[in-house]
Amino acid sequence: MQSIAGSKSSLTWAVHISVVVMVVLWLIPTVGLFVSSFRTADQISTSGWWASLFPAEQNVVARAADPDENRVADGSAFVVSGNLFDGEEKAISVWGTSSRAIDIYLAGDTADLGDGETITVQASGDYEWRGNDEQIAGRGQRVFATVTAQPEFTLANYDKMLLDESNVEGMAKAFFNTLTVTIPATIIPIVIAAFAAYALAWMDFPGRALLIACVVGLLVVPLQLALIPLLKLHLGIGIGKGYLGVWLAHTGFGLPLAIYLLRNYMSGLPRDIIENAKVDSATDFQIFVKIIIPLSFPALASFAIFQFLWTWNDLLVAKVFLIDATGQTTVMTNQITDLLGTRGGNWEILATAAFISIAVPLAVFFAMQRYLVRGILAGSVK
Amino acid sequence: MHPALLGLVTIIIGVGACIGYFYLSNLFLDKVLFPGKGPNAGRNINRANHVRPWLFLAPAVFALGLYLGYPVIETLRLSLTDRSQDGAFVGLANYQQMLAEPKFWEAMRNNMLWLIVVPAASTAFGLLAAQLTDRIAWGNVAKSLVFMPMAISFVGASVIFKLIYDARPEDKAQIGLLNAIWVQFEGGAMSVLFLQVLPIAIVFVFAALVAYAGYIIFRPALSGGGGIWIQAARAAAAALALYLIWLSAGSILGLARTELPYGEPQAWLTLPFFNNFFLMVVLIWIQTGFAMVILSAALRGIPEETIEAAIVDGANPLQIFFRIKVPQIIPTITVVWTTITLVVLKVFDIVFAMTNGQWQTQVLANYMFDKLFRANDWGVGSASAIVIMILVSPILAWNVWNARKEMR
Repeated sequence: MQSIAGSKSSLTWAVHISVVVMVVLWLIPTVGLFVSSFRTADQISTSGWWASLFPAEQNVVARAADPDENRVADGSAFVVSGNLFDGEEKAISVWGTSSRAIDIYLAGDTADLGDGETITVQASGDYEWRGNDEQIAGRGQRVFATVTAQPEFTLANYDKMLLDESNVEGMAKAFFNTLTVTIPATIIPIVIAAFAAYALAWMDFPGRALLIACVVGLLVVPLQLALIPLLKLHLGIGIGKGYLGVWLAHTGFGLPLAIYLLRNYMSGLPRDIIENAKVDSATDFQIFVKIIIPLSFPALASFAIFQFLWTWNDLLVAKVFLIDATGQTTVMTNQITDLLGTRGGNWEILATAAFISIAVPLAVFFAMQRYLVRGILAGSVK
Repeated sequence: MHPALLGLVTIIIGVGACIGYFYLSNLFLDKVLFPGKGPNAGRNINRANHVRPWLFLAPAVFALGLYLGYPVIETLRLSLTDRSQDGAFVGLANYQQMLAEPKFWEAMRNNMLWLIVVPAASTAFGLLAAQLTDRIAWGNVAKSLVFMPMAISFVGASVIFKLIYDARPEDKAQIGLLNAIWVQFEGGAMSVLFLQVLPIAIVFVFAALVAYAGYIIFRPALSGGGGIWIQAARAAAAALALYLIWLSAGSILGLARTELPYGEPQAWLTLPFFNNFFLMVVLIWIQTGFAMVILSAALRGIPEETIEAAIVDGANPLQIFFRIKVPQIIPTITVVWTTITLVVLKVFDIVFAMTNGQWQTQVLANYMFDKLFRANDWGVGSASAIVIMILVSPILAWNVWNARKEMR
């Protein structure tokens, strides 16, 4: 395909640039949230997150230290020296001593304040204010400076949202609740589906084709349909709203895809292995446990990732089957939608909460991407 | 008990029970019910092998039946009854009530809009990304970055995009990316170039591509090849292309005439009609990666010889893409399209988290949730669930038909 004759060099550049543009477009939203979660509320509301990535110029007013306490005699003159920012990392580019002319001196210049009174300000904010007894008195000399502040980030949001136990809006409890929902809801359907998939792939019985067709059909039945009848059922048989209910629901909703994926994979395994094992008088159960399961690991991993992402990211099923009026069993997605309602403008809270919930799936995604891709390719009905 | 501990215990009990069930039931079948020894050994082994598949299938069939099969029928029944009258049969009253509600029609209209825009945009972007990344060295890195939103929850994505759409009063610094860009435009030549000329050019290119694709699809019909159904499908595709070109022409006129409120920050999510598109962007952002992964595999599966032959015959890259590659991956494109369509029909979280159906952004799934848990009207809620089911069923039938065809 590289050989599309003659047009290669000019076209390759266009391709590179278009891909860069696309990747940047696709990344920017997430990066924005990520950066915002490391900024204070004040920073977020005064400038866009993109500004925080670069050193920012801002105008500040600072005052030299109180001369009556800090002045030092130097011959007949008095001197006050110190740092305008108390040692904070800022770099002054231009400065002035009056609000009407804030940029007339460069860093390191000495300003003449009249009658021999002078002030020298260095880029770091160090100053030396010199004058006679009368001049170096009263209040400290004001300095208007244009400074470049280095990007500043904080972990305080994560501290507050994740580690602060007294914070009722914290995500710690929701995080554990989500984990509690996710892990059983991922493992149980795999076990059930693996056996069923083996039966559908390698056992011969009447009605097999019909069952497979049913599974394919159920693959697309919208989950919305199941909400009311199952909630009624759960309330009726005493499970009510709780973990058991949400585990069962996720198991049921995850099964069609699990069976479909695993059956497709298992039916592609070499027939010889299974027949040889049968000749050696292995039972179906032994074949399944000792041969099929180890060989099907890639498919099992694919489905596990699917189901994990889906249960971790789910809002609807948790809202219907898990979260009761007390709110003790809230999951992260629900906590975030609640925060969107109550703290709509507090982006430091929202961004941090959202990122806490996104971090785990992203880690799983980047670690297991190979299996996810394989699963997607196998799972789309061809 | 701490829920995490409870979860652990459940995993052990649940998994243990499943495995125990399979193991013990097999043991029971082989040793007690039909022992493979003694006088009837042969017959017993045969019988055991007739029963065994059902042992393996039982839990799955039970769970599928209870959690997906039964609800379809029960929802249908509930949609014909009234909860406040103790579940009395009310015929189609729920449907009548639903059809009389403007909010329902708003949801239907928006859903149709979603159904056209999201699958089309995701598939198109996915195809573009797949084609472009396949040709460069760092394509896999680029792919994985475009694919990444797939791992992000709809709720998380809603927060991400709400930050982008955020609006502050005019005199404050804009912290939402979209408004920050928007207020840069002040109505000068650059604004006209970027907000009117460039979009018009993009729409024009889109219309041209549609026209080209429509022409390629329709042309064989002129020479009268293929059966009547294929002819009809070609004509339908051509009609759709004409419709899209008509829409594009309309938008070009609209874009040329419009007077934009320059310099004023916009609350994007409250602009009726257009806010739907701002919500759709979230889903397109997520689904493009999915489309890209599948289409990229399909593009790689195209036999090299067909492309080489086209190059030898002097085809240009555009012709190779549209006339050699795309026709060969049409089945995959259909799969991607239908899969995204299913996601769109069920879309709930994004609308719930971003606007909750206000400002005319209601969709069916959120409408149903509203009816169920806010209005507590199970009848109308079930009726709207059935509407979703009806919209899904053509895809369901098509999938089942395909799967059966493949197995034969």
